[in-house]
Amino acid sequence: MAVSSEELGNTGTLKYPSRIRLPYTWHAGKAGSRFYQEIKDHCKIWGTKCPRCGWVYVPPRETCPRCFLDIDEWVEVGDAGTLLTYTITRYSVPGIQPHEPPYALGIIKLDGAGSGLVHLLGEIEPEDIRVGMRVQAVFREVREGNYLDIKYFKPLRS
Amino acid sequence: MDEVAIIGVAQTRYQRDNPASHAEMAYEVTRKALEDAGLTIDDIDNTVTVCNDFWDGRTISCMTITEATGSHKVPTTNVEGDGTYGALMGAMRLLSGLHEVTLVVAQSKVSEGIPAVITNAMFDPVYERSLGLDAINSSALQMRRYMSKYGITEEQCAKVSVKNHKNAKSNPYAHMPLDITVDDVLKSRVLADPIKLLDTSPVSDGACAIIMAVDEVAKKRCSKPVWIRGIGHCADAYHLGDRDLAEVDALVSAARRAYGMAGIQDPVREIDVAEVYDAFSYMELMWMEGLGFCGRGEGGAMIDSGMTGMNGALPVNPSGGVLSAHPVQAAGLARIAEAVLQLKGKADARQVEGATVALAHGIEGACGQGHCVFVLGR
Repeated sequence: MAVSSEELGNTGTLKYPSRIRLPYTWHAGKAGSRFYQEIKDHCKIWGTKCPRCGWVYVPPRETCPRCFLDIDEWVEVGDAGTLLTYTITRYSVPGIQPHEPPYALGIIKLDGAGSGLVHLLGEIEPEDIRVGMRVQAVFREVREGNYLDIKYFKPLRS
Repeated sequence: MDEVAIIGVAQTRYQRDNPASHAEMAYEVTRKALEDAGLTIDDIDNTVTVCNDFWDGRTISCMTITEATGSHKVPTTNVEGDGTYGALMGAMRLLSGLHEVTLVVAQSKVSEGIPAVITNAMFDPVYERSLGLDAINSSALQMRRYMSKYGITEEQCAKVSVKNHKNAKSNPYAHMPLDITVDDVLKSRVLADPIKLLDTSPVSDGACAIIMAVDEVAKKRCSKPVWIRGIGHCADAYHLGDRDLAEVDALVSAARRAYGMAGIQDPVREIDVAEVYDAFSYMELMWMEGLGFCGRGEGGAMIDSGMTGMNGALPVNPSGGVLSAHPVQAAGLARIAEAVLQLKGKADARQVEGATVALAHGIEGACGQGHCVFVLGR
């Protein structure tokens, strides 16, 4: 069976379309499991606090990456925080995006947390988003124990 | 140190949709690097490949190019990071005393996959991956943070793109030589604010190879060996929220190690030319700060001064950089190859006259999580 000149294109070589299908299941670990359980059951955001440097990690970690120490102290952090940076994704990538673009993402430093949380921003027009603004978590009504149980962070009106 | 030299380099022309297969590209640069070094495949006593399974769409992808790199019967290993880390592994092989001549080959066929889907998989599947983060919008978070912390402007970032695309016009290997203005960059399509299309690097296929040798072999076989004077590498935290994305701590540490080994005390005076991993326009400004070429937050003022242009005191990315060709796995190794060409006086129209000390830099991970710095000398 001959390969047609259309199939060979102007380079004289074939392209071979294919696809990798790869279902995967990840373990959230002890810290991740408790983090999601608290969000799912109580709409509370918890972190872990390093006994040496005092840094509060959200999402929680069982070891402090800075001090290389075990962490076993859990602390509840606020559901509100300060926006450190943001972007509006305006291009479409089927299969990986949580919403049709455009959609806003930011890094939020929750009150009482040391690390920032990367998450969605909502209930705000893109042009109104500002670095340093106060935002608050909005939880989904039906929660499944995953990152999107926090629906997004909305502007906190004072 | 004068113990390991680079005695041969080769690159493919970088382009979208290179009709060659990944192994054919690897073969092309292997053969050309051997020619450049005046060696045959029998002179190579070990190889390092730089393959990434996700980018290549193959499990244990490195094993699919053993024929193409002539590494059937010699010790071969793979580095699944940027090409600079392949060169690092190659140098370590030689310093171990077990080997004399190392071939390092990196290749990427970025156009065969979907970069946003592949880079989305960099992020933790239990946490941020579900946000649709990828290389572009995560870098947009970094660019905004850098701009707001240090008062860097979109115009200053755009100047990097204008400079590097213009430099690419003198580089026959470059994918995107362009005559553009700051206004063109600012008015190009917004992908993820503040990143516009012309702040980003292209989807490039291509390969790069270098041949390294221990000093006795280098002196015997090569009239103009380029010596590795120093290497440093360091990585920062994985989760974006654990880092201040405006800061460059890991690069500062990597550069300090490389400069220490090379005996460099005043990098901006002692280094003649630098090739850095500018995957996005703003990155070149941040990397200037991390490499100690200017102070923290002074990357914008540095591009304004013209110092990093071809006629400046420290030309940066005469090749056009990664903004002008981004064959992911090979992009850092291409920085080393370009630095070698500069030091050999073989960089043709993009030559920085009289260059005797050059710096090459690679990154890996989201928003420059890890950095690898090479100082090379004649």
